[in-house]
Amino acid sequence: MATIHVDGKQYDVDGADNLLQACLNLGLDIPYFCWHPALGSVGACRQCAVKSFRDENDKMGRIVMSCMTPASNGTYISIDDEEAKAFRATIVEFLMTNHPHDCPVCEEGGHCHLQDMTVMTQHHSRSYRFTKRTHLNQDLGPFIGHEMNRCISCYRCVRYYKDYAGGTDLGVYGSAANVYFGRAEEGTLESEFSGNLTEVCPTGVFTDKTHSERYTRKWDMQYAPSICASCSVGCNVSPGERYGEIRRVENRYHGELNGYFLCDRGRFGYGYTNLKDRPRHPLIDGATVTSDVALGAARGMINGASKVIAIGSPRASVEANYALRTMVGAASFYDGHATQEGELVKLALQIVRDGPVPATTITAMEDADAVLVLGEDITATAPRMALAVRQAARGKGRALADEKKVSDWQAISLADLLQRDSYPVFVASVDSTRLDDIAHATVRAAPEDLARLGFAVANLLDASSPAVAGLDEATAAQAKAIADALAAAKKPLIISGTGAGSTAVMQAAANIAWALKAKNDATGLALTLPEANSYGLAMLEPQPLADALEALASGAADTLVVLENDLYRRAPKAVVDAALAKVKSLIVIDHTATDATARAQVVLPAATVFEGDGTVVNYEGRAQRHFQVYDPKYYDASLAQVESWRWLAVLEAASGWKILDDITGACATAVSGLAGIVDAAPGAAFRIDGLKIAREPHRYSGRTAMRANQAVSEIRQPVDPDTPLSFSMEGYNGVGGLDRPAALMPYAWAPGWNSPQSWNKFQQEIGGHLRGGDPGKLLFAGGATQAYFTDVPAAFTPSGSGSGFRVLPLHLHFGGDELSSRAEPIRERASTAFVAIARADVARAGVNGHATVSVDGELVQLPTFISDTLPAGTVGLPAGFAGVPFVAYGVDATVSGG
Amino acid sequence: MLDWFNAHPHLVDSLIESVKAIVVLLVTVVVAAWMIWLERRLLGLWQDRYGPNRVGPFGLGQVIADMIKIFFKEDWIPPFVDKLTFIVAPAIAMGLMLLMFALVPVTPTWGVAHINVGLLVFLALAGLEVYAVMLGGWASNSKYSLLGGLRVTAQTVSYEVFMGISLMGIVMLAGSFDLRHIVEYQAANGWNIIPQFFGFCAFVTAAIAVVHRTPFDLPEAESELAAGFHTEYSGMKFGMFFVGEYVGIVLVSAITTVLFFGGWSGPGVESHAWLAFPWFAFKCLCFMSGFILLRASLPRPRYDQMMAAGWKVCLPLSLINLLGTAAVVVAGAHGA
Amino acid sequence: MPGYLPPEKRSPLQQLGDILWGVYTQLRTIVMIFSHTFRKRDVIPYPEVKPYMPPRYRGRIVLTRDPDGDERCVACNLCAVACPVGCISLQKTERPEDGRWYPEWFRINFSRCIFCGLCEEACPTTAIQLTPDYELAEYKRQSLVYEKEDLLISGTGKYPDYNFYRVAGMSIEGKPKGAAEKESAPVDIKSLLP
Repeated sequence: MATIHVDGKQYDVDGADNLLQACLNLGLDIPYFCWHPALGSVGACRQCAVKSFRDENDKMGRIVMSCMTPASNGTYISIDDEEAKAFRATIVEFLMTNHPHDCPVCEEGGHCHLQDMTVMTQHHSRSYRFTKRTHLNQDLGPFIGHEMNRCISCYRCVRYYKDYAGGTDLGVYGSAANVYFGRAEEGTLESEFSGNLTEVCPTGVFTDKTHSERYTRKWDMQYAPSICASCSVGCNVSPGERYGEIRRVENRYHGELNGYFLCDRGRFGYGYTNLKDRPRHPLIDGATVTSDVALGAARGMINGASKVIAIGSPRASVEANYALRTMVGAASFYDGHATQEGELVKLALQIVRDGPVPATTITAMEDADAVLVLGEDITATAPRMALAVRQAARGKGRALADEKKVSDWQAISLADLLQRDSYPVFVASVDSTRLDDIAHATVRAAPEDLARLGFAVANLLDASSPAVAGLDEATAAQAKAIADALAAAKKPLIISGTGAGSTAVMQAAANIAWALKAKNDATGLALTLPEANSYGLAMLEPQPLADALEALASGAADTLVVLENDLYRRAPKAVVDAALAKVKSLIVIDHTATDATARAQVVLPAATVFEGDGTVVNYEGRAQRHFQVYDPKYYDASLAQVESWRWLAVLEAASGWKILDDITGACATAVSGLAGIVDAAPGAAFRIDGLKIAREPHRYSGRTAMRANQAVSEIRQPVDPDTPLSFSMEGYNGVGGLDRPAALMPYAWAPGWNSPQSWNKFQQEIGGHLRGGDPGKLLFAGGATQAYFTDVPAAFTPSGSGSGFRVLPLHLHFGGDELSSRAEPIRERASTAFVAIARADVARAGVNGHATVSVDGELVQLPTFISDTLPAGTVGLPAGFAGVPFVAYGVDATVSGG
Repeated sequence: MLDWFNAHPHLVDSLIESVKAIVVLLVTVVVAAWMIWLERRLLGLWQDRYGPNRVGPFGLGQVIADMIKIFFKEDWIPPFVDKLTFIVAPAIAMGLMLLMFALVPVTPTWGVAHINVGLLVFLALAGLEVYAVMLGGWASNSKYSLLGGLRVTAQTVSYEVFMGISLMGIVMLAGSFDLRHIVEYQAANGWNIIPQFFGFCAFVTAAIAVVHRTPFDLPEAESELAAGFHTEYSGMKFGMFFVGEYVGIVLVSAITTVLFFGGWSGPGVESHAWLAFPWFAFKCLCFMSGFILLRASLPRPRYDQMMAAGWKVCLPLSLINLLGTAAVVVAGAHGA
Repeated sequence: MPGYLPPEKRSPLQQLGDILWGVYTQLRTIVMIFSHTFRKRDVIPYPEVKPYMPPRYRGRIVLTRDPDGDERCVACNLCAVACPVGCISLQKTERPEDGRWYPEWFRINFSRCIFCGLCEEACPTTAIQLTPDYELAEYKRQSLVYEKEDLLISGTGKYPDYNFYRVAGMSIEGKPKGAAEKESAPVDIKSLLP
């Protein structure tokens, strides 16, 4: 604690902060550019100048940069000092000397930090009379637009991209007033986290290209608090809608999960919801019908069936899955995961919920000082974790700074102290990963061998855990190195997950974490999951998918209801075809056109995560609510997509479910593990000052014109009975003494702060938790000590000859996710489908540029990719890619040339 | 047929008189209706604008358009009113006005009724006029209407007192209540306006008040009472009140002409009898325009001011006038 | 009011004077009003005689073109957000061949417009302008919804010379980086010379 005096008033602040952060914490506005809560201070922009005084008698004072000055006890400063104000106005005028006067055609305009700061410093007309320096721009790929002339040289972009996110292809070139931030050569930015440049850049140098095509100002979009559906992390996002289309996804700050940053898949993968060929009307045998007709047909099919079974979905909300389970009964409710995946999710649930080490939050991961990633390419399966692991590695800088008594916000000092050093990160995976650059050691092996390595590490940490028989010397040495590093760490972290497709890998990871936990209470563990709501589905205890397909194929059941699921992604094509061939009636509820909807007799159009309300459970067991961003019926009354649970509530009229709270409450009562989901966000009756919370910013424009081409008489704004949010700008917008609950913040805006920097106004302390607590409700209370897993698998032995290879699913950041891969910019960014083959096996397989791969009787021809890292005897297939067959874990394939 | 006419000369006379009466009354109503147009045009003129000038030449057809409109409006009787009285009131208003007009000698040969106490009948009927408004106001069963009705009662009663007194000077001079006689007296002795100037002033004031025309339109003061006694009226029932008011102006103009400005008499009437009506019409027109000018220029007084002006100024003034006239007449009689 | 006496406290002579004064003022008013008979009328018979409208009169809204004949509107949305009744809506799009921003569609609901002129004031490119045309009456309210083709005129309106793209730094076809007013040629970033 320190006491500082600002403009004659006395405040208590955290003495470890710099003055800028301390003042922002107090709610005092100081303009700034180069400082960022996640990036620290560099003192590059000179914008945060304040007057500093020796003591209360000092009347002269001197100008200091508040971001570079510690908030030490007894500091006297003045923000309102005339000289400091004039200084700041001059600085912003200098920064704007070469600014190109193009706010009207700039995608940043309206949520631009530079605009905010210019207004704050009251600079309005430039004195500079000479010609402006100009730069040429680069094409940085499908995600990011580049306009160097707007640059104010704050260096935030390279500090984020290179230092924070570990990117290598964005740099700063030129010198003096000519510095240029871009790539050495034009081309797509390689980092999977490049999208954050659009929010990190205080002005419009880096802008969202996917949004630019159908650009809408920030104030003109309707927002809702939403959850990213692209992976199991459950990052909080703020999607913006205009004219019935999702136009942009922005980060929604969460103090324990995503913080200020998202991955590109989550940020740019929203396009699937705007696709024209999505089912938006109910279909019977492919023909559009009204909702009533479709529901009547579905009811008839269900009533006339000998037996109805249902398959749930890990990408649908808890409510939708629960409604389906209630309709058909728990015994007829089947898992939406592939059979093996379902087992893996069950195991993960058992480890995280019942074990002694609960899942670590993303923010806590950043504090880890030794990380083992076992069997998982987290950049693909849980990208936000990869960014956190990078911070963990960099975290050594803070420790070194602490030793030298340097404040941890001194970003340049920290980097100088750290040089190329880092905390140990070990990556053990089937193939190379995007985290290899920070790894102290990497291991490439088949899942069995990765598990053996893990068991060995656990055994070294705690001899009571099972030993691994027949371990070769090299692996033993690796295990020793990893065990030593983990044992020495203050906050060790183990990350594994379902990506390797092996229960043994996760069991090994659990053993390590549990062995460490016995010695070190700060041990962390995180298990990634296949999809956004894998836990939510698993906690409803569905039957395995294989049983469902068998029941259908054998004729034990003749009617199938499929919820938001493409069965062809969950089982081999032959098996699904055989099952569906016997089905008398197939009812599919989905928001996306899949091979399953193509075969359905009745298709009921579901709402995407943007169009509906629901609750999802992430890898930590955190139940989070996503809210409907807009009502499609406002623009086109014929559109019929509604939440899946709503279709099911109507089909199952006896349920009496009218609004979201009804079904959420019913689910919480019926399933004890999910009792907490009602607390994920306030219920529909919640009000602030008697008001609902407005989804639209108060300056939302065009309300009396946007529908005027259809009818000049305005229709009523849509009513939202399900949530405490209102469609339209009518409602509480945060201007007032009361805070909106963090789970209900639709967008970031505070008076005078239009840019994403406005999140600073809603945090308990800058960069910390949101006021009122971070959104979501943790469902897992913490488990008890468990016995170690003892099933150590045998080592993987390649078949050695012939054309048989073990198939390993390779997870890729772009292209493998079912929904985001349908978005146009993601398709452009993703690689084409391929088969990866170890260099050692090229001759054996006889491939030459192309290979024919046969999996489970399905033949595909793919271009080959020769890998130096893939274990011999295996081939890698990109999981989930279009044109790549479903791959069950541990299955063998034959590969031949041509 | 001619035989029949010859056989019944008195019947023929009656028939001719009836036709004359119908013609006079019709002309009155038509003139009153067109006075609406005249008023709107003149108000426009004095307010530096045009007034109705779209329908027909000079906007003359405006009245017809308004008539068509008002006739086709729904004949609405509010459910809370006293139905019979509500319907009767506008009929009384219109009917009494026309009845009074029957007394007016238009020319030596035209005129509906020739009654030798015509002036007394006029005063009596003018007193009855209050019923129309009072009944209308009461029957409407609405506070604004009732207030309007109350006001008109007090106003009419107050001003009628000295209206009669102010005319007594003329009666003294002419020695008759017969309106034709009064006209003839003036033709011989000069217009009454000269000897009876104060009487004229008092009478005009009283007449405006009795037909509750601006500036004495307190019963229907729209800034205070919505529309006063006719708030609940619409359609043709309102139209009858409305036209009745204009018939009232025509009537007052005609009476003033007859009593103070020599009626039909004027230069050339002796030699050219046909000039009688043009003279009469011209004089009336001047007064009608004058009333409109009053409306264009004078603001409405406060209610207590109006009552004070009636009792404290006009009544003494007309009494003094009466006494003065009497003195002069007595002195003249003795002198003669 | 100093020296004021209420009527009942005045002497009868004063009261008589008041009456006479009152009568005089009333008569004077009548004469003054009558004198208007000979005045010129303040109004004009509108459809036959059109009134003079100053060029900056705030009537029908148009979208103008720049001196090169291209649409001035860059779809920046500022008019829409300035509009107090929310009667303007539009959608930005970009012309692939020359990189200019322009509105894909632009709609003004004149049945809501209050002709306040804030849109014109907000417009950074002088594209949206209010004109002296005030004759907008329609029998059908729907006809008051004007789309871009109803709004776009072929001239420059009140500002004949202004061209946003000549001032702003954005490069478009025919005007690369460094070619706008007061811009120097793009720097060579491979050079380390200051």
